[in-house]
Amino acid sequence: MENLVLQALSGLASASSLFLVASGLTVIFGVSRVVNFAHGSFYMLGAYLAYTLVTQLPRGHLGFWGGVVGAALLVGLIGLAVEVLLLRRIYRAPELFQLLATFGVVLIVQELTQMVWGAQDLLGPRAPGLRGSTEILGLRFPLYELFLIGVGPVVLGLLLLLFHRTRWGTLVRAATQDREMVGALGVNQRMLFTSIFFLGSLLAGLGGALQLPRESVNLHMDLSIITEAFVVVVVGGLGSLTGAALAALLIGEMHAFGILIAPKITLVLVFLVMALVLVVRPHGLLGKPEAAARGGQGSAEPMIGPAPGPLRWLALTALGLAVVVPPFLGDYALSVLTELATAVLFAASLHLIMGPGGMASFGHAAYFGLGAYGAALAAQWLGAPMLVGLALAPLAAGVFGLVFGYFCVRLSGVYAAMLTLAFAQIAWSVAFQWVEVTGGDNGILGVWPDAWAAPKLVFYYLALALCLGATLLLRRVVHAPFGYALRAQRDSALRAEAIGINAFRIRWLGFALAAAAAGIAGGLFAYGKGSVFPTFMGIPRSVDALLMVLLGGVQTLSGPIIGALAFTGLQEQLVRLTDLWRLILGAVIVALVLFFPQGLAGAARARWEARHGDA
Amino acid sequence: MLQVAGLSAYYGRAHILDDVALDVGGGEVVVLLGRNGAGKSTTMKAIMGLVPPSAGNVRFAGAEIGGREPFEIARLGLGYVPEERRIFTGLSVMENLEVGRRPATAGLRPWTPERLFALFPSLGAMRDRPGGRMSGGEQQMLTIARTLMGNPRLILLDEPSEGLAPVVIERMAEAIRALKAEGLSILLSEQNLHFAQLVSDRATIIEKGRIRWSGSIAELLAADEVREQYLSV
Repeated sequence: MENLVLQALSGLASASSLFLVASGLTVIFGVSRVVNFAHGSFYMLGAYLAYTLVTQLPRGHLGFWGGVVGAALLVGLIGLAVEVLLLRRIYRAPELFQLLATFGVVLIVQELTQMVWGAQDLLGPRAPGLRGSTEILGLRFPLYELFLIGVGPVVLGLLLLLFHRTRWGTLVRAATQDREMVGALGVNQRMLFTSIFFLGSLLAGLGGALQLPRESVNLHMDLSIITEAFVVVVVGGLGSLTGAALAALLIGEMHAFGILIAPKITLVLVFLVMALVLVVRPHGLLGKPEAAARGGQGSAEPMIGPAPGPLRWLALTALGLAVVVPPFLGDYALSVLTELATAVLFAASLHLIMGPGGMASFGHAAYFGLGAYGAALAAQWLGAPMLVGLALAPLAAGVFGLVFGYFCVRLSGVYAAMLTLAFAQIAWSVAFQWVEVTGGDNGILGVWPDAWAAPKLVFYYLALALCLGATLLLRRVVHAPFGYALRAQRDSALRAEAIGINAFRIRWLGFALAAAAAGIAGGLFAYGKGSVFPTFMGIPRSVDALLMVLLGGVQTLSGPIIGALAFTGLQEQLVRLTDLWRLILGAVIVALVLFFPQGLAGAARARWEARHGDA
Repeated sequence: MLQVAGLSAYYGRAHILDDVALDVGGGEVVVLLGRNGAGKSTTMKAIMGLVPPSAGNVRFAGAEIGGREPFEIARLGLGYVPEERRIFTGLSVMENLEVGRRPATAGLRPWTPERLFALFPSLGAMRDRPGGRMSGGEQQMLTIARTLMGNPRLILLDEPSEGLAPVVIERMAEAIRALKAEGLSILLSEQNLHFAQLVSDRATIIEKGRIRWSGSIAELLAADEVREQYLSV
């Protein structure tokens, strides 16, 4: 019994820390509608800056607490700078493009942090006056944890006062609903947005700085906290402070008791909760349906036509090169090319969901990974030959696409995207924690092609043929009646329903089809590498796919192909050439978002149309 | 007070406004008449900077405001009351007014919530009610009151009578006449000729994005063929 109480208390302490970060994220989203991936980076910076300040300042209360507050303020200023220099320019861009830009910031901050503070974990000093522990029900409990438990409610109270009792807060709440109208009433939205970014980033920084006495400061803090913070924000309802507090409480206690009750599924638990909440309450615990965001919406999606002549020639030339040149290449180049082929199909499959489908997926790697695991498990446990494995890959991915998609495509916008992420994380945690079957972190090794396809060149041609075939098939689907229906429901679900299109079923089938195609890519990738690992389904791979599609351009059919080639090629070269690849990749992403907001293929088309008139 | 000349605007490739010209003098109420989709709302949004004009001039109180941002235009004393009302539904009546509050304008009596409640008595009885739990007529009054809190010299009033019950329309007309008596200039857009003639001095007719006719209300009432051609449904 006493143990349970202590466990509950430590859950409260985690909830408190989680709330600090999530509150900043939800406040920023509420007003600016920016899904700020860099929020986790601000949290990490808060911890690092606090480390430096606290260790440099004189010891004692002033040094410690001054350091913590100073770090929070500095992070607030950094967030302000990011808003002014980057985000302010892209508020009119589609949501996912903003996400891409903030992901560029994540990469840049990671690299810079490593350059300044080094790769090793740092241990900060403990908080003066809160070093010891106290006795609760006869058991010892750290004082600092007790202090943290108090911080959350205090911050929540202050924020509620700020939003409900000040003019600034009233303006912010009004802007959350209708920013254009607030502008028409004479309010400078830019100042409002910049100040909200300052506040939100400051909260992230404070959350990070307060972790200093609790855990070591390291370079993985950013991505681990951002997923949790997203979960909290989405479960609570986007933009709702009280919702975020409730959700933080739920998730914090879940962590605390999950370890006691079901130690085998701790990783999956949080995402199971998120999936459950979203299935039952599509807008989170206290969220409201997303009002059709007013103001700053782009023009209608451009139409998709058949490829113009020169593009066909370009494609045919590229294909010719892809067929003719490889016999003269070495094994390394061949595996790079094989990987490129799977990347193209992976990106093209996500594009079907995002472009014509109009849905966002943050968890597309799940289907890539399910394809890979489908093939590998068949090889491992059934001794299936490669062709059977390759046939099982899209089947496994497609079936899970049907199951997961059934829930995901009912939601819209960020909620839908977060539910795809939740399912992907569930799949990932199963692969990671079900060691007896999947080998856990060690993966499944020895997934090699059959003898006839063992030479790298043969396997490359096989991969090229399958990926190209599937990509062309997806392209064909977009131009088929099914594709018309898919695009129709994207442009207006209501009107599509009115002419007899079952929008839900179309979206659902589109989602499953894309999943199956990603499965093919995953299966080929597994045989190409000879092994599968849980990372195949990890968040970074989902982000890779997003990057490819967005880099190429969402609303062109050649976009994902060009994006996949550009991204994979760039990453490959950068990793080989320089240690600073994350910095450069991040900078390239930010530059692309700023200068090619329609993606590479979109920009090329805009130039083409400008020169040749409208086709 | 407000002069618009050669104003053009596009939505994507569709030409919505073509060479629109109109003017509103100090203390005057001018009505912009036209059918659904004629370009009334777009004209107002273009004046307010909410739709970027592709060509033309907009002068307000002696300053060129074309191409400026909406908040700058609002701060010069141009108030905008949108057709869809766009009340902040999560905010109370008092909070909605607070969002609109701006410093007083020289030469005009500053607006306070109390003065506005005298103008729209029903609002005074629901100060703490969320905007989302008000009737259409109450919301329409609130949106006008909210804009008045900015102490504008001129307001753009987009179809205030739309969707309101006849009794409420009468009250709205009284309120607009009271505003005119305060010295406020008003550019009104309407489909409802009956309502327009109750409050307006002059009329301008717009059809397919072009100005087709301008004159006094008396002239419009005398010109049957103009009303027949541009206003009958």
